[in-house]
Amino acid sequence: MACIEARGLRKAFGTTVAVDGIDLRVEQGRILGLIGPNGAGKTTVLNAILGLTLYQGELKVLGRDPWTERDQLMRDACFIADVAVLPRWLRVSQALDYFAGVHPRFDRAKAEGLLTKTTIRSGSKVRELSKGMVAQLHLALVMAIDAKLLVLDEPTLGLDILYRKQFYDSLLNDYFDRSRTIVVTTHQVEEIQDVLTDVMFINRGRIVFACSMEEFEARYLEVMAKPEQIAAARALKPMHERQVFGRSILLFDGVDHQQLAAFGDVRTPSIADLFVAVLSKQSGAAQGAAR
Amino acid sequence: MSTPSNVMPESPLESEVTAPAVITASRRFYWAVRRELWEHRSIYIAPLAAAAVFLLAFLTALTISPVHRHQPLDVPYEFAAGLIMGTAFIVGIFYSLDALYGERRDRSILFWKSLPVSDLTTVLSKFTIPLIILPLLSFAIAVVTQFVMLLSSAVLMGSGLSGGTLGARMSFFHMSLMLLYHILTVHGLWYAPIYGWLLLVSAWAPRAPFVWAFLPPFVIWGVEKMAFRTSHFLAMLEYRLVGPEAPATTGPRGNLMDMLSALTPVQFFSTPGLWVGLAVAAIFLAAAVRLRRNREPI
Repeated sequence: MACIEARGLRKAFGTTVAVDGIDLRVEQGRILGLIGPNGAGKTTVLNAILGLTLYQGELKVLGRDPWTERDQLMRDACFIADVAVLPRWLRVSQALDYFAGVHPRFDRAKAEGLLTKTTIRSGSKVRELSKGMVAQLHLALVMAIDAKLLVLDEPTLGLDILYRKQFYDSLLNDYFDRSRTIVVTTHQVEEIQDVLTDVMFINRGRIVFACSMEEFEARYLEVMAKPEQIAAARALKPMHERQVFGRSILLFDGVDHQQLAAFGDVRTPSIADLFVAVLSKQSGAAQGAAR
Repeated sequence: MSTPSNVMPESPLESEVTAPAVITASRRFYWAVRRELWEHRSIYIAPLAAAAVFLLAFLTALTISPVHRHQPLDVPYEFAAGLIMGTAFIVGIFYSLDALYGERRDRSILFWKSLPVSDLTTVLSKFTIPLIILPLLSFAIAVVTQFVMLLSSAVLMGSGLSGGTLGARMSFFHMSLMLLYHILTVHGLWYAPIYGWLLLVSAWAPRAPFVWAFLPPFVIWGVEKMAFRTSHFLAMLEYRLVGPEAPATTGPRGNLMDMLSALTPVQFFSTPGLWVGLAVAAIFLAAAVRLRRNREPI
């Protein structure tokens, strides 16, 4: 059974189509990054997966219908929507009490252990904590839940770089194992590139690109071409070309490493660069089709 | 146009099965109610403050002017109970209006929805506060207040075991019982549709739930008045607020408390208005549960 399985997932707000027929299959043990510009429909997809919004099409999460079975689903799934959602009046000790009171898979000792590594005191209220500390608290609460699926929607929004690094480090080292599945969206793509096992680009409510990171590293290469080699490099039909400090950087799909090494320095592109390449190629194709 | 499907290789490892703790529905409900008391501390602070202010005034009056000692004792006692119940009622109104609106406004609804607590449990736990918690709390505070009044007047007036105080003591138990009956029937069951309406508005209102709660009744009253020159709606609201009318046999001797509690349980529970009200409350609550599932943070 796949962890998440969607067919023809669609959601419209009035006349605006936020998600326009998405097919998706996420297996257990993957860390999927959902990348897309603002308003691409990422959050709407996640909300549908979590049973927070009504949708059209088929969707099964851990074998359940998220819309009608949200409360049962939340025994096996958890999410961090945004650092700002912890209620400001809540005390740390109350949060622990409440989680232990309502969540069958919450391990209070583990949460307390994680909190001792921080400067958060159990008597503090959320409103007294800094934004980074709130994120630490939320992560400690969520990591103490033995969940099968964790959904993170911009979990590090507004945090400084130190907290962002810590956040993903502790997620990987203290939480993730092959029995769990994580779906994450973020704008800080470069920070999660090494964390992901799969990446998916979403634009205007559609999935425009999806592959595993193994495939990504095997297929896509970027070369900073020497000026005299540019013409030869272009002959191999790069997906995308951009200029950095007057040098051309060409992005290739499925071209041999040896062959490219002749043109200049070869490296794996960043997800962000591939994202730009895929999107510009797509808009180019759309213009071609319109003609 | 078709969209690409993302097929990923099967993970070789199966998840380790750990036996989760069993959490019963009643335990979840208990924590949901406790959560409300953490967030809305005014639920107990406001009636306590009202009682404290009243006691202070009562003791001051008793020490300064012992002239009033020959007044009928039950008047200040009823006033104390009324003040505390009134405070609790007002707290209940504001609580209900904020209960499902505040969590949308501060976006914490996303946090609460990330936990395995259903919308039904959440709405019912919020309904429990004005229906049961506030009445019981105000009863307890009122009885303690009245007991303090009784003790202090016995001490300050130095009358010891004189007839008046003894009589007051005997009626004290009776009075408490009447008060409990009144609080549970009128403030709990009879007012249930009022709290149901407020929770519904709280779950729905895009902003300003206070206005949305009180404007529609006002408009309905105005339209009815102008279109039909009648005021059935106003009469209905009045009936709901005042409570079921006692039979005329109560007689002129009955004081306010007796009047409010004049209906025997049989009479009260056979009042159609009670059951109509409870049915309306159930409809409002069902709608609030559905709305909470649909509504997103503001």
